[in-house]
Amino acid sequence: MDQTILIDENGKRTDGRSIDELRDVKITIGVIKNADGSAFIEFGKNKIIVAVYGPREVHPKHMALPDRCVLRCRYHMSPFSTDTRKNPAPSRREVEISKVMREALEPAVMLEDYPRAAIDVFVEVLQADGGSRCAGIAAASVALADAGVNMRDLVAACAAGKVNDKIVLDINDIEDKEGSADMPVAYLPNLEQITLLQLDGILNESQFDECIEKAIQGCKKVYEIQRKALIEKYFGNDLPEGEEKELEENKEN
Amino acid sequence: MLEIKKRYVIPGDVIIEGNYRPLMNVIKKDNFIIATRIGIAESSKDGIKVIPLSGVYIPRVNDIVIGKIIDNSSLSWEVDINAIFSAHLPAQDVFGRDFSPAKDDMKKRLAPGDLVTARIITFDRTRDPMLTIQEKDLGKISNGEFLKISSTRVPRLIGKRGSMIQTIEQATQTRILIGQNGILVVTGKNNEGIALAFKAIRLVEEEAHTSNLTQRVKDLLNVSEDVSQTETNNSSVNNEDYVNNSYADNNSNDIKNGHSSNNNIESNNNIESPRRDSA
Repeated sequence: MDQTILIDENGKRTDGRSIDELRDVKITIGVIKNADGSAFIEFGKNKIIVAVYGPREVHPKHMALPDRCVLRCRYHMSPFSTDTRKNPAPSRREVEISKVMREALEPAVMLEDYPRAAIDVFVEVLQADGGSRCAGIAAASVALADAGVNMRDLVAACAAGKVNDKIVLDINDIEDKEGSADMPVAYLPNLEQITLLQLDGILNESQFDECIEKAIQGCKKVYEIQRKALIEKYFGNDLPEGEEKELEENKEN
Repeated sequence: MLEIKKRYVIPGDVIIEGNYRPLMNVIKKDNFIIATRIGIAESSKDGIKVIPLSGVYIPRVNDIVIGKIIDNSSLSWEVDINAIFSAHLPAQDVFGRDFSPAKDDMKKRLAPGDLVTARIITFDRTRDPMLTIQEKDLGKISNGEFLKISSTRVPRLIGKRGSMIQTIEQATQTRILIGQNGILVVTGKNNEGIALAFKAIRLVEEEAHTSNLTQRVKDLLNVSEDVSQTETNNSSVNNEDYVNNSYADNNSNDIKNGHSSNNNIESNNNIESPRRDSA
């Protein structure tokens, strides 16, 4: 019975990363022309596309709230996103992730600014490889900014977990299935507040603290990538000299 | 008093620390002013604000907008103004006080699909925007080419005191009606002029926040430097133009296209007639 070697003698994981290494993240903004805001994220092998429509009128009208906006999120995995075909009907996991994603984004969006309106966020997973809810939240936050929705802060998200009794950052699909804990975290980087915290597995107290700490570090790295993508899309090639230096300094901080 | 130079910000960025007044698209938390949208941060004597670079049009009272009639109920028309809510145009506004659904046929005046220029008279948190067309230069639009741009680019398209839009109009021999909601209607004598105007408008929309835009637009239109006299020292236009024309400052909410020069307004309701060039 051959067990997958999750961390080998050199400290390398199944995909060659070290314990504290985030997968490659790439964000492209404005990919869906019909949507008010959109983003495409590649988080390791995850490929997720997010579209934001809104603020717009609520249909059916009775769901409108008189003093604030309604945020509706739908997380859906395409049938071809995993190696065995996934049934297109929303599963319990997708319903849970939709709810959890909405709760992660709501504290960041200033809902009181748009009474009687709705903002719809559609997250479609085209290829899944562990940590898709975090990638979805990160992309949704960028798409919301692209749509011009008032937000207190961007939401960055990253997962950490336990593999072979070691706390590692950003677990992929294999590590999720064979590891012993998975903790997705969503974080508001400037306000330093957590908006999503879930744990699937067993951790003792010190491991729990270490895991949160690592996940928050991961979130901060994801935030830098989100920020860079937004700035490049909107202010890209026209940064005056002073601004560019400022960006470099901010990155080093 | 410019403590911050004009800066690019994304949501959550701290613009400045200190006891300043928050204006548009910013919030004040503890002693910091934080941006809530992607845009250009600017400070003035009134306070700090962010001029957004993206976003759906949010109706404001007294804005001139161009809308499309979608439907009518017995007492009003429903108008799509490319905003978060659709607006209403009451029938009494068009027919007068003694309107009655029984004797006046609403569809004869405005049918679904018609475009109208209107002014927003009311809008608040509790109800949808209400429009009026009973003013000079408002009303049904009878012809022209329709174009939609992002409403955040409208101030840049109008330019300082109408300079940008006048440049385009003069070079292409067209008349451009601009709604604050990002809808434009272009009328002109020949199709090449209209097509060229479209190209120029698209250029302004895509590069609104960049510098030297006026020069590039002029190059596109093959305009020589001394044509327009309303241009001031515009050879090196930079973000100054863009931020100075943010719609909050733009109190020249003129009927057609936001020019502050009042003597350019035609005093007729016939939107097709070509505009005379400014002397």
